[in-house]
Amino acid sequence: MKTIRIIVRNIRDAFKGVFRNFSLSFASISCITITLIVVAISMVLSENVDNFTVIVEKDVTIVAFLDNELTSEQIEEIKDKISIIDNVEKYEFKSKQTITEEMRDSSEVFDNIMKNWDDDENPIQNTYQIKVTDINGIKKVADEIKNIDGVTLVKYGEGMVEQLISAFEFIHKICIGAVIALILVTAFLISNTIKITIGSRQREIGIMRLIGASNLNIRIPFIIEGLLLGILGSIIPIATTIYGYTELYKHFDGHLFSNFIKLITPVPFVYKTSVVLLVVGVLVGMFGSWRAVKKHLKI
Amino acid sequence: MDLIKLTNVKKTYRTGVTAIQDLNLRIAKGDFVFIIGSTGCGKSTLIKMLYREEKPTSGQIVVGGIDVGKLRNGKVYKIRRKIGVVFQDYKLLPKSTVFENVAFALEIFGLPKDEIYAKVIKVLELVGLKNKIKNYPSQLSGGEQQRVAIARAIVNGPKLLICDEPTGNLDPETSMEIMQVLEEINKLGTTIIMVTHDINIVKQMNKRVIVLDSGRVLKDYEKGTYSHENN
Repeated sequence: MKTIRIIVRNIRDAFKGVFRNFSLSFASISCITITLIVVAISMVLSENVDNFTVIVEKDVTIVAFLDNELTSEQIEEIKDKISIIDNVEKYEFKSKQTITEEMRDSSEVFDNIMKNWDDDENPIQNTYQIKVTDINGIKKVADEIKNIDGVTLVKYGEGMVEQLISAFEFIHKICIGAVIALILVTAFLISNTIKITIGSRQREIGIMRLIGASNLNIRIPFIIEGLLLGILGSIIPIATTIYGYTELYKHFDGHLFSNFIKLITPVPFVYKTSVVLLVVGVLVGMFGSWRAVKKHLKI
Repeated sequence: MDLIKLTNVKKTYRTGVTAIQDLNLRIAKGDFVFIIGSTGCGKSTLIKMLYREEKPTSGQIVVGGIDVGKLRNGKVYKIRRKIGVVFQDYKLLPKSTVFENVAFALEIFGLPKDEIYAKVIKVLELVGLKNKIKNYPSQLSGGEQQRVAIARAIVNGPKLLICDEPTGNLDPETSMEIMQVLEEINKLGTTIIMVTHDINIVKQMNKRVIVLDSGRVLKDYEKGTYSHENN
């Protein structure tokens, strides 16, 4: 009970502190709000990019084109060689006939051209379709397959895949950099707010010391004040994330630009993001006030 | 039994000024002691060391069984909870009422509301301010403000009350009223150490008097002898 009463008193004092220096508190809250909105945008962006990367990674396939003169034994030998390459997740043989059928099914134009081809005329080659475990090692796998006798050509959308992945990584890094910079600025602003609060309460702090308040008794209200600034600053970003992302998802019908880029479904994504925003807000607030207390509240 | 014991205490500030030297002193529980002396004689340094605002350079200071000089900064609150301190400038919170100013000393320790109310009212009654609980410091006279400060200092039931020139800003009549309040508190068992320049108060109260000079005890008078020797 005693602890609860002390906590309640500290929270009450923290509220008083926030409103006593309202213009400064407002500046800190606004800064946290802006930071957290950027954090939210970064999270939405990077989570969706990650999600998209996973989809791309799942779809990327190495196609090894085989010489049409190979015998079925030689084709089997190639399969054995592919199977022992590191990073190969799975592989599948697709004959020229199967590919021809698929192409004819997919387009009327292809169907018209291909329907009269007999087996000797058909220029399409037998293939192995290979998937890798780690997309970053795809080039190495493709190079190894290229060196196998009987493989005439290897294709995996090279260039495009690498560019896409490096673009994603670049976006990721920019987001992280922006968030770190903003968090530091915000922590500094909160630290200044708390410093001024400490200044305006020197008399009270002096009396507290005299009557035997411990360091913890004196410091905790300021830490809670920072925490409170963090909570107040996270309200708008959380609301924006929940409402904004849900509306965005509805507006684009779950896909961005084409069916290929799927957006993450709002629930539970927005709630997880909100929790992260609240935690970041609280931690930034507490860190800022802790810094001020440590620097300016000599006990 | 001694509440305070100082043995070979010396205090030299960083500036090189020695405020206290070779000080040996014993103050018994329940005593009422005046500390007097000219400006710069070490009175303030002495009482600051008692509530551990300052640390002795050498020697030992024991207050209520605690070796004050050895207390780390983080543990100073342990001694402060056994001591009440009253200053010349009252040190009240201007935006808080009389009740809130006194209750403040209890609230930070998490006491229940009804207990706080009972203790604050009791102590305000003792200092004669029960009817002014809702007033703000600016609405009170100097003497009344000092009574609030005394009430706040004793509301936790300290063993020792240190008063640093509590009547310094007050007229003679109000000063005597404050002294009567302090005497009442002393009668209830609280040891009182009071620093003052007011010789009239010292004479009228007829208590133990310690005279400091250049950081040393010049004289230590028992009751009544002081006024006689100085006249």
